[in-house]
Amino acid sequence: MGGSAVVGREVANVINPRRLLGRSEPWVLASIVVLSLLIQARSGQFFTGNNLVDLVQAMIVPGLFSVGCMMVIVSGGIDVSFTAVASLAMYVTDRVLLSSHYAGSVLLAYAMSAGLGLVMGALNGLLIAFLRLPTLVVTLGTASLFTGLMFGAFSASASAVPPAIIAHSKEILFTAVNPQLGLTSNMPSQVLILVGVFALAFLLLRYTMVGRGIYAIGGDETAAERAGFNVRSIKMFLYCLVGVLAGITGIARISMIAYADPSTVLGMELTVIAAVVLGGTRVTGGVGTLTGTALGVALVIILANSLILMGIPTYWTRVFTGAVIIIGTGVTARQITTKRRRERGPARRAQQAP
Amino acid sequence: MNTTHAGIPALQARKSSDQNLVRLFVMLVLVFALMTALRPGLFPTLANFGSMMRQFPEYGIMAIGISLTMITGGIDLGVVGTANLSAILAAKFLIGAVPAGAQPQVVLPYIVAAVLISLATGLACGYFAGILISRFNIPAILATLGTQQLYTGIAVGITNGRPQSRLPLLYSKIGNTEFFNLFPVSFILFLVIAVGIGLLLSRTRFGTYMYLYGTNPKAARYAGLNNASILRRTYLLSGLLSSVAGLIMMARANSAKAEYGAPYTLQCVLIAVLGGIDPNGGFGKITGVTLAILILQFLSSGLNMFNQVSNFYRDVIWGGVLILVLVFNRLLSARAERRALRKRAIA
Repeated sequence: MGGSAVVGREVANVINPRRLLGRSEPWVLASIVVLSLLIQARSGQFFTGNNLVDLVQAMIVPGLFSVGCMMVIVSGGIDVSFTAVASLAMYVTDRVLLSSHYAGSVLLAYAMSAGLGLVMGALNGLLIAFLRLPTLVVTLGTASLFTGLMFGAFSASASAVPPAIIAHSKEILFTAVNPQLGLTSNMPSQVLILVGVFALAFLLLRYTMVGRGIYAIGGDETAAERAGFNVRSIKMFLYCLVGVLAGITGIARISMIAYADPSTVLGMELTVIAAVVLGGTRVTGGVGTLTGTALGVALVIILANSLILMGIPTYWTRVFTGAVIIIGTGVTARQITTKRRRERGPARRAQQAP
Repeated sequence: MNTTHAGIPALQARKSSDQNLVRLFVMLVLVFALMTALRPGLFPTLANFGSMMRQFPEYGIMAIGISLTMITGGIDLGVVGTANLSAILAAKFLIGAVPAGAQPQVVLPYIVAAVLISLATGLACGYFAGILISRFNIPAILATLGTQQLYTGIAVGITNGRPQSRLPLLYSKIGNTEFFNLFPVSFILFLVIAVGIGLLLSRTRFGTYMYLYGTNPKAARYAGLNNASILRRTYLLSGLLSSVAGLIMMARANSAKAEYGAPYTLQCVLIAVLGGIDPNGGFGKITGVTLAILILQFLSSGLNMFNQVSNFYRDVIWGGVLILVLVFNRLLSARAERRALRKRAIA
């Protein structure tokens, strides 16, 4: 699947209403609307300023993770180590800055954590791009390695954060008040990072050769190589980028809760993968959009955060995650099979026509 | 990697598989010698062997299940969830149905029923995963990532996350019986399963089908095999084995809980890869898996005898060993490929 062909098809899909329904984004959007109306009808608390701000706040960290996760799945791989990378990068940064009594800007924390993430991502990249090892098994291994290092070598436990991060945690864009219940929710400034990362990822995926290469590799690795893409360096770049993003996400997370909890993001990888796949990213690679990913994250977070509003005990959260993964992947897998059949049909007819 | 094996003649493939077994056996002896040298009074003792034989069957049986799915080119990440869910349903039945203070002969039929409930749950869990993969074409990784969440979620939901204890005494009594005062029931079960699955893979038509499907699904389909049925039966088997592991865990802990054995998933994948199962499918033997299980158990029991080694280092070691083994196997197969190419060039 060549780069320009994908762009061409995307444009065609936006114009053609019947093709539009064959994609996942409209369905995810429709599910979000229906679900919100349902929750609103049941609790009357969904469309309140503070609930919406709370939801956006809950989307920041999974949203940041989802960008890298989506790119990996588009390239035909799967990564389950990004939460471990985020935790270790964030925790080491936090301890180093604390013990050196660092008093400067929070930017150093982000840079340092991103750098550590880069190193860990490069390890994944080396194993996957150069040794061509299976991505799932490699990232299962590195995830275990990184969390083991964090808890074993650094004997990690919940820890304080340097003053720069505390100051960063108090940067609030605006406050939403729920007049009925008297609850207030703050919109954290980290939401700007989320917006920035999505914008940069959009530019990367659409307008650079590396970005188009990620789609090309996922579509057909051999074809991409023949077409002149340097598969190894694109994969290496991709896993390094995922590491950098994970490092940034780790700092964003602890600067939202103002303490460094080493296990705060561990286990989130499944929710993120579910969200990405639900957003229409094809699990066999080659297809996926940022719009879909954002919608997928929104749907999963609304589902998870609204169980309480719906009166369902939180014990059942995992059942929902599991069901979302299965239904989401099932629907997209089905779409692919029916689409293939439909595409095959007209192609045959076109051959016979002239 | 698939192309690698396709490029090597069958005879050479068999030779490299035997070499792998020899390598594993040497590794096993080395680990044993190392631990014996470091902890002479503790490691090579009958007590330690007894305790090791009580530990490895539960994850060993799950590792055999995962290995089967990996031979077909898939993976079953839902084994631990299946084990816990089936054990919890059996435990719930035992706790609810057995009258208090009943005689052993009254309790026995209930235990048989509980075992059947657990096995049926395992089969159902495996069948569901198999349907998701074969009928809905969901990649095995994602389907079983989902079923793992789903089964664990159901297990947490119906127990509110609490352990199900106060099982009838007879159950753990049967489960912890030791033959000749040394071989626990779980170990005998493991032996029977390992031999049975080994024969299934090497001597039956279904075993050959699994290898064929794992090597090349498309070729298998054109050869007239029913791919969907092969996948369904493989995951069915993996579910069944997981429920046996669940019953063993339940007997050892004398309770069932949704969160038991969480690190086993990674450990089982590690065992399969270490044992020579190719994650891309089509390759590997149960003998290798069994040797890998023993290596891991020797390492794990040995490490337990060092107080300064924290449990978290085990994660580092498992992760590190997994990656090293992958790299090593990759380099070896690259060498074999080069050799085969050179031979062909000469011919």
